[in-house]
Amino acid sequence: MPPGRITLDGIGHSYDAPGKEYALQPMHHVWEQGVAYALLGPSGCGKTTLLNIISGLVTPSEGRLFFGDRDVTYLPTEKRNIAQVFQFPVIYDTMTVAQNLAFPLKNRGVPGGRIKARVGEVAELLGLTRELARKARGLTADAKQKISLGRGLVREDVSAVLFDEPLTVIDPGLKWELRSKLRQVHRALDLLMIYVTHDQVEALTFADRVVVMKDGRVLQVGTPVELFERPEHTFVGYFIGSPGMNLLSAEVRGDKALIGNQEIRLASGYPSLPANVPIRIGVRPDYATLAGRNEGLRARIERVDDLGRKRLARVSVDGQKLVATVPPDFAVPGEDAGVLLDPRHIHVYANEYRVEGVAR
Amino acid sequence: MKECALLPMKESGFGGSCIRGRDTADVSVAKAQRRAFGLELRLEDVSYRVGEDMHIADASAQLDAGSMNVLLGPTLAGKTTLLRLMAGLDKPTSGRILLDGQDVTGVPVRKRSVAMVYQQFVNYPTLSVYENIASPLRVARLGKDEVERRVQKAATLLGLKPMLKRMPLELSGGQQQRVAIARALVKQADLVLLDEPLANLDYKLREELREELPPLFSETGSILVYATTEPSEALLLGGRTLTLWEGRISQIGPTAEVYRRPVSLAAARVFSDPPLNELSVSKGGSVLRALDRTMPVPAPLASLADASYRLGFRAEDVHIVAAPSDHTMAFAGKVTVTEITGSESFVHVDVGPETWVSVLRGIHGLEPGSPVVVAIDPARVFVFDETEKLAAGPALKRAA
Repeated sequence: MPPGRITLDGIGHSYDAPGKEYALQPMHHVWEQGVAYALLGPSGCGKTTLLNIISGLVTPSEGRLFFGDRDVTYLPTEKRNIAQVFQFPVIYDTMTVAQNLAFPLKNRGVPGGRIKARVGEVAELLGLTRELARKARGLTADAKQKISLGRGLVREDVSAVLFDEPLTVIDPGLKWELRSKLRQVHRALDLLMIYVTHDQVEALTFADRVVVMKDGRVLQVGTPVELFERPEHTFVGYFIGSPGMNLLSAEVRGDKALIGNQEIRLASGYPSLPANVPIRIGVRPDYATLAGRNEGLRARIERVDDLGRKRLARVSVDGQKLVATVPPDFAVPGEDAGVLLDPRHIHVYANEYRVEGVAR
Repeated sequence: MKECALLPMKESGFGGSCIRGRDTADVSVAKAQRRAFGLELRLEDVSYRVGEDMHIADASAQLDAGSMNVLLGPTLAGKTTLLRLMAGLDKPTSGRILLDGQDVTGVPVRKRSVAMVYQQFVNYPTLSVYENIASPLRVARLGKDEVERRVQKAATLLGLKPMLKRMPLELSGGQQQRVAIARALVKQADLVLLDEPLANLDYKLREELREELPPLFSETGSILVYATTEPSEALLLGGRTLTLWEGRISQIGPTAEVYRRPVSLAAARVFSDPPLNELSVSKGGSVLRALDRTMPVPAPLASLADASYRLGFRAEDVHIVAAPSDHTMAFAGKVTVTEITGSESFVHVDVGPETWVSVLRGIHGLEPGSPVVVAIDPARVFVFDETEKLAAGPALKRAA
């Protein structure tokens, strides 16, 4: 069994009495060596609790945690063989950049020659080579956080590297650089990485697989493309994408959906939807296009946002709000317009969960 | 309505007294007053130095009543310093600050009508949410009924009604920041300064509050200044944008215009996300030299003098193309990373010593290491001269 695999075997946590008010609902997941995972969700969703269980800061009230074959549920952090990067830089000002990077290796008695090679490699990956000899004091917050990332990545023998919102303090421009560096590093180093964030762009661009959480529950684990194209829960649709997925109450009959009193065609049929639960259709703003007033759904334009590379129209369809993409060079009509929904990208949700359609 | 309704706004500009004066005043009255008296904040060559360090250099700007002004710049550009100068928390080393034509340069913040919201949630931990919101009105000794009316209205607008009796620390971060915003709102200050107010909130909460904020304050007629590091946030807020770079205001104008026609390399860099792609070129006669290659001079540069230029172009204006021969400005490169958000794919490409980002609509999984040809659309390029000023660029097209 690869050493980098993490198994959450029925892991759950309640801060009060066991079984009462779960901060984290019992779950079963296996996370593999060499894969980058993001734990994504709003404040209070349980992502930090889960990270703390993996790092050993919190002992779960239920279940067992394995690193490879080893049960680490009750092991303290320092015996877990993990590296961590926090929201704010944790480095020694009086040391040089190289000494900072070498610190975790030196602590573990790695031979000098090996330290030098590894520090050189990580510095190269992060673009720190030219700074190696200088003292950390006086570096900008961004540069310091880069060193923190380097310290997290420098050990080769770790079971996992945990990142707790590491780019929060970084300027947008540098975020681009650091994010792409992290991805390159991940490719080069073959480590299991777990990255906690509330920022869906960071999660989607960093991770191979994103774990979307809400209210202590994992709602979906998937590749960025899966989460975007096929959200299994309305919350995933809403939380992924900016703005999120449009969700409209509808009456679905076979392969038709009735929104208010307007009918649209769906790409599949839905012959056996459960009764007496809320039914909604979901379609991303990318697949809803503003059109002339006699095309598609009748809509009233409330606002058009010019976002530089694209324009988004906020409209209302029989009282329900919807965001549609304005095609380039499209002359936006006054108040009344139409909205075209791409049937291949419309999903049907019964009681917030996606229902698979039946091909016609 | 007592003194304030009758007195010009300079009175309110100076005093806590103005709130008292507006006993029965309605928000719309305040707004009408501000507009009628042409409330404006003017900075004239404002500089601020600490020892040898120039923190703000020669800032000049005029901000009007009821306007949304975005202060856009990276960390350490001087955003917070400039806000503090506007507020009267710090005094400029040189230059003047005028409110409604009156010099208020040396007037301290407590004698001005200013409300501020910070990145960190600042509330009184021992006061209830209600009293937190009411606090500036209590200081101004407003009548009980008026306090009640304004607090209830602000609480309704910000969705805080169910938690007025609770303590701030029992609330989520988003709710705590709403309390701080409500407090700024009830004050009906002439000047409302928001210093990255959403930076500490969850991504989705940011989206929601960002939409709610501008209309809330535009109703009061206040001059609104909103500092942010994020170009996308500036575009969403609209209004006017001031780009700030190393303590200097590099450009002021309507937000979409500043985005589409940055007047300097500094302004273009501040207002690009992904970061601005750049390329050094030199023009000699009909030949353009770039990245050790020569090519015919594309149209936008044709009328420029022979010299070296720095080209700036955004991610949406770099295209990954199949046939280089169809493009005057095409270069061979190698993909380093592709980032997919779903709506868009960001392809990072190394081209010679430069790294460019190209944004494609939808999902495109270009593998790292793949060789690609990238073409720049010459009609979309900003050309900066050796002083980093805009020498040529796409004309502004009015949005339909």
